[in-house]
Amino acid sequence: MTTTSRVAQTARPAGRKRPTSAPASPQRFRSKHKIDPAYYWMVVPVLALFAFFITLPALVGVFFSLTNYAGYGDWKFIGLSNYVNIFKDPAILQSYIFTFVFALTTTVVVNVVALAIALGLNAKIKWRTGMRTVFFIPMVLSALIVSFVFNYLFSNTLPVLAEQFGFTPLATSILANENLAWLAIVIVTVWQAAPGATIIYLAGLQSVPSEVYEAADLDGAGSFRQFHSLTLPLIMGYLVINVILGFKGFLGTYEIIVGLTGGGPGMATQSVAMRIFSGFTGGDYSYQMANAVIYFLITLLISVIQLRLIQRRGVSL
Amino acid sequence: MTASTLPEPIARAAASTGIKYGFRRPGSSPAGKTRRSNREGFKINWWLTALMVVASLTVLLPLYFTVAMALKSPDQIGTGTGLEWPNPMNWENFVAAYVATNFPRAFMSTAFVTVFSVLGSLACSSLVAYAIARNWNRKFFRGSFVYLLSAMFIPFPVIILPLIKQTALLGLDNPAGVVFLHVLGGISFNTLLYIAFVRSIPVELEESARMDGATTWQVFRKIIFPLLAPMNATVGIFAFLGSWNDFLLPQMMIADPALQTLPVVQMLFQGEFNTNYSLAFASYLMAMAPTLVVYILAQRWVLSGVMRGAVK
Repeated sequence: MTTTSRVAQTARPAGRKRPTSAPASPQRFRSKHKIDPAYYWMVVPVLALFAFFITLPALVGVFFSLTNYAGYGDWKFIGLSNYVNIFKDPAILQSYIFTFVFALTTTVVVNVVALAIALGLNAKIKWRTGMRTVFFIPMVLSALIVSFVFNYLFSNTLPVLAEQFGFTPLATSILANENLAWLAIVIVTVWQAAPGATIIYLAGLQSVPSEVYEAADLDGAGSFRQFHSLTLPLIMGYLVINVILGFKGFLGTYEIIVGLTGGGPGMATQSVAMRIFSGFTGGDYSYQMANAVIYFLITLLISVIQLRLIQRRGVSL
Repeated sequence: MTASTLPEPIARAAASTGIKYGFRRPGSSPAGKTRRSNREGFKINWWLTALMVVASLTVLLPLYFTVAMALKSPDQIGTGTGLEWPNPMNWENFVAAYVATNFPRAFMSTAFVTVFSVLGSLACSSLVAYAIARNWNRKFFRGSFVYLLSAMFIPFPVIILPLIKQTALLGLDNPAGVVFLHVLGGISFNTLLYIAFVRSIPVELEESARMDGATTWQVFRKIIFPLLAPMNATVGIFAFLGSWNDFLLPQMMIADPALQTLPVVQMLFQGEFNTNYSLAFASYLMAMAPTLVVYILAQRWVLSGVMRGAVK
């Protein structure tokens, strides 16, 4: 509180002087003359904290990725050997494959589901407000707790049901199946993430004027043709946003895996984020920092490619 | 992309023929049906309604299941699929879970993190956005904006390990440290939301206040911040949900188990053996209830706020 009161005092004279010395053009005044220091006080402390808590750890991490630091004790520079070793590590490679396959699949499924729900909620249905309330509930729930609930459903309820109906493939928990566990993670992630994407699609659908559909109706376009030729192109920008935000988010997936499989069975569902976090307790701190740097470079590359694609398509955000 | 050129001519044609709202394809709706659904103002698609009701079960069923499980005794859980409604209901589970997780303490810790994260996010992001938007022609402020935005490209896993070491060194391995990081972690996105909004507020509004001798701080507090109300709601909702439900940061940062937040406390029930599921689900329900209740009470407000964030 002491800083704000001090700032208020220094700011006051500047504020008083302004009216008396204001020249004819206020625009020129602001760019050429002295700026009210209050503006700096609004930005600089936050920037300083930001640099200290976000940028500094990133730099420290890059620094330690070049050492053999275990998280405690002595360390020395070892150059790029961490990076070299990572490329030879099948466990790391496996986590990257899992993460990317998972993120791609989830992005596709989330967007299909979210678009379908948004179309449904935007259509002429009964109890529209109530349905909207229900469909957006997952958005406000903790992903971890939701996964705990689904964990029981997958490992107890589903096998019992499958046995009753004589459907043997599901009679054992899919969470214990090395080849199917990732699908459970996709399902819960879709459950959790679809509402967020639906909201964006709903905003897109509502931006399309109803006259457009009436005109298409007049021309005799069926509902599928209307969706394909009108709705989809008109909400393309929203689709792009959803794909970009979604994919980036799903790459960093963590809580839902913790709640469902904990990375198992074996290491079948270990995401890159989980691997990196393991460096905190696993004694391979600098190794996982090198992993984190590689992960950063890959996500950066993806972001750049996505931005290029957006610019080329001319989609305005 | 030929399709995107379609709407305008069609729309113009429709306008020129004088067709307005309420147009129906001829012969598609018998008079009786139309009258019955007049209250809604349009013809209801009952097939789609049925489909959506079935689809909504994907959301409702897990919630029903959580409630049913929370009301079961361990014996009732041992049999069946878990979907059966318990008879008799076991309300003692909530009391047991309340004690086992030390619910009041975890609740207070979560509430502390959430309240201060929301307040911090509102204050810091709006101040930064105001200063940047009003000094856009100055290099320093434009540079600050680019700097904050560039951080959106840094994934969280990249900074987490050094960050935890750093906060531990500073004695911030507690809920207060989590507040710091929630505020700073969200600042890029929130500032982005605010800046667009600040730009839409005419500078003339401020200038008249300055004529009367108001300082920049007073202008912000008395004029700008109240005008930002819709965006404050959006940022506040995102900050509230993000903080309340966050698991990663509290789990990794808060050293003292007694200060852990509600989501992390639920890990208590994840032992391999002898898990008391009725207790666990009662506890899950108690941890989910606050956001659920707030959402249902204020859902119109919440949805419009989130929608505003989505459009930006």
